[in-house]
Amino acid sequence: MKHAISYHTIEGKSSHFYGLLGTTVFFIILGLLSAYQMEHHGHIISGMSNQIVWGMPHIFAIFLILAASGVLNVASISSVFRKTFYHPLARLSGLLAITLLMGGLSVLVLDLGRPDRMIVAMTSYNFKSIFAWNIFLYNGFILIVATYLWFMMERRMEKYYPIAGLIAFLWRLMLTTGTGSIFGFLVAREAYNTAILAPLFIAMSLALGLAVFLIFLILDCRETDCPLGEGILHRPKLLLGIFVGAVFYFVLAYHLTNLYITGRHGIEYFILVGGGIYTWLFWVGYLIIGTISPLFLLYCRRFNQSRSSVLIASLLVIIGGFSLLYLIIIGGQAYPLEIFPGMEVISSSFSDAAKVHIYIPSVWEIMLGMSGIAIAVLLTLFALKILPFLPRSLADADVGQEFMD
Amino acid sequence: MKEESLPTRRDFIKTATVVAGITIAPGILLHTLSPVIANPQGKPLDQPVSSQVRWGMLIDTSKCHNGCTECVNACKLEHGLTEQVRPEVAPQWIRKVGLRDKQTGKEYSLPVLCQHCEYPPCADVCPTGASFRRADGIVLVDRHLCIGCRYCMMACPYKARSFVHETLTEQKPHTPRGKGTVEGCNFCVYRVDHGQRPACVEACTQAGYQAMWFGDLNNPDSEISQKLKEVHSTTLRSDMRLNPGVRYQGI
Repeated sequence: MKHAISYHTIEGKSSHFYGLLGTTVFFIILGLLSAYQMEHHGHIISGMSNQIVWGMPHIFAIFLILAASGVLNVASISSVFRKTFYHPLARLSGLLAITLLMGGLSVLVLDLGRPDRMIVAMTSYNFKSIFAWNIFLYNGFILIVATYLWFMMERRMEKYYPIAGLIAFLWRLMLTTGTGSIFGFLVAREAYNTAILAPLFIAMSLALGLAVFLIFLILDCRETDCPLGEGILHRPKLLLGIFVGAVFYFVLAYHLTNLYITGRHGIEYFILVGGGIYTWLFWVGYLIIGTISPLFLLYCRRFNQSRSSVLIASLLVIIGGFSLLYLIIIGGQAYPLEIFPGMEVISSSFSDAAKVHIYIPSVWEIMLGMSGIAIAVLLTLFALKILPFLPRSLADADVGQEFMD
Repeated sequence: MKEESLPTRRDFIKTATVVAGITIAPGILLHTLSPVIANPQGKPLDQPVSSQVRWGMLIDTSKCHNGCTECVNACKLEHGLTEQVRPEVAPQWIRKVGLRDKQTGKEYSLPVLCQHCEYPPCADVCPTGASFRRADGIVLVDRHLCIGCRYCMMACPYKARSFVHETLTEQKPHTPRGKGTVEGCNFCVYRVDHGQRPACVEACTQAGYQAMWFGDLNNPDSEISQKLKEVHSTTLRSDMRLNPGVRYQGI
């Protein structure tokens, strides 16, 4: 007998619900206050400068954008790769894809020097700019995933659901390629200027998206008393390990390529050996905390049967992702531009002689970045309250054998 | 009682014609002659810029005096770059850099400014088209289109652009600037359009160094073209093939 999946809205009357609601609103207010301060006083109150032009808000924004496209993978596996096992989770996956992207874009927009000129950004385009393409990719993603969700939830449109899933999947690949290319197309900076950043960002999005999804799923099932079977958790957690491995593969390829090119030994030495906080972030933040530890938790038999291990592994993947993004975004700017090859800079009023450009993020930037996460959570809570995104039960028996393909 | 005589129609027309002539004639004369007077080198001011001209600069590093900041000071004065802030956030339209050749140990001093590339990466990456290259080669920022994303600053290989980090006061009318937008050397475009040289070049000449030359690179008879034929010059990061409009002699 085929089991029909039953979905429900959250009641939204518990103290935990109101507590979470209050927390998100608090962080959003802090973010808006930060945006107001930066608009009023200028970016001088931030830690960003003419040397480090993109800072903490961009790390949060890109993290959320990557997670948004990655989290859709759960739905894509269900509809594109026909793994019906993931089908009950597809609605939640689509919802999180939209809300996380909105959170990320909010941070990106509020950090602009002139956020009041959004109408200019929407009406005046330079189509040679990958940034302009990204504006289309982001807006298109929201539109396509919203349609995908509609086809998913509306019985009459069910026949179009697979094609919508395919379009959404292809679009998300383009979106993350576009996000990686924002850095990949920067020909002047040694840390960027490489096509491998596009697939690296795709792999990162898959890992970060699934990690965010698993955390949300486990916490949500705990809060709503929704049974969550071990069988249901088993496959995504193994998949998370594969994605973490994929990120490591591209990071390895990136560094080996740079180590092969003599002209890039400077940036490699900076990241791997002499970069201070950046070296620490690579070895400890990304490699030990964000890659080796979660793989150990997910694949070591002694730990991988525990739900807490999955939760901790997902958190570690997120910490590793943040470390890697900080390393790429800030580290890439902190390493000085080589404007005068073959020359040693002995004096400059603009730090051309510096071995590393200093960046200390201000509390305003962190507040703005946190508000992006808060916006994503608030929008998700709001959507869960009004529309049935969550399956009533994810117990192995309830989900049924046909989903255990 | 003497009767007041009213002017005849003929007198009125005569007077009106003379007054109108006196009022309008200087305007017409100025309008006709002004491009010639004000812009002896360039195009008439009412004509659009043309790609037949390419404005460029040659910097003779052998004459650029170590420790001299005349060009930097002139730029700050000309454009009102007077913010008293820490160097990392201060506007840096032009800066002096001291270099030492790693092989030979020879030292150089030179100014670095926007290189006004033929293929400017800043204009390529700008999402709104605020960064653009004028037909005559001057790379500019349209302050009305700039949204302050700073992607151009990430893309520029010369660190030639600055972001306005705070509220500005005492701005110069010919150089409108704006908090939250990006800016950089504009070759003193309003001076160039009036047939003058950029302020930094003027200052260098007046100080007696003659290290900066400015002119039309497309005109084979221009002073700068003549000099470029005589001396060996190079561009910064020539490996990137951006064909900058600023060339350096002696490095």
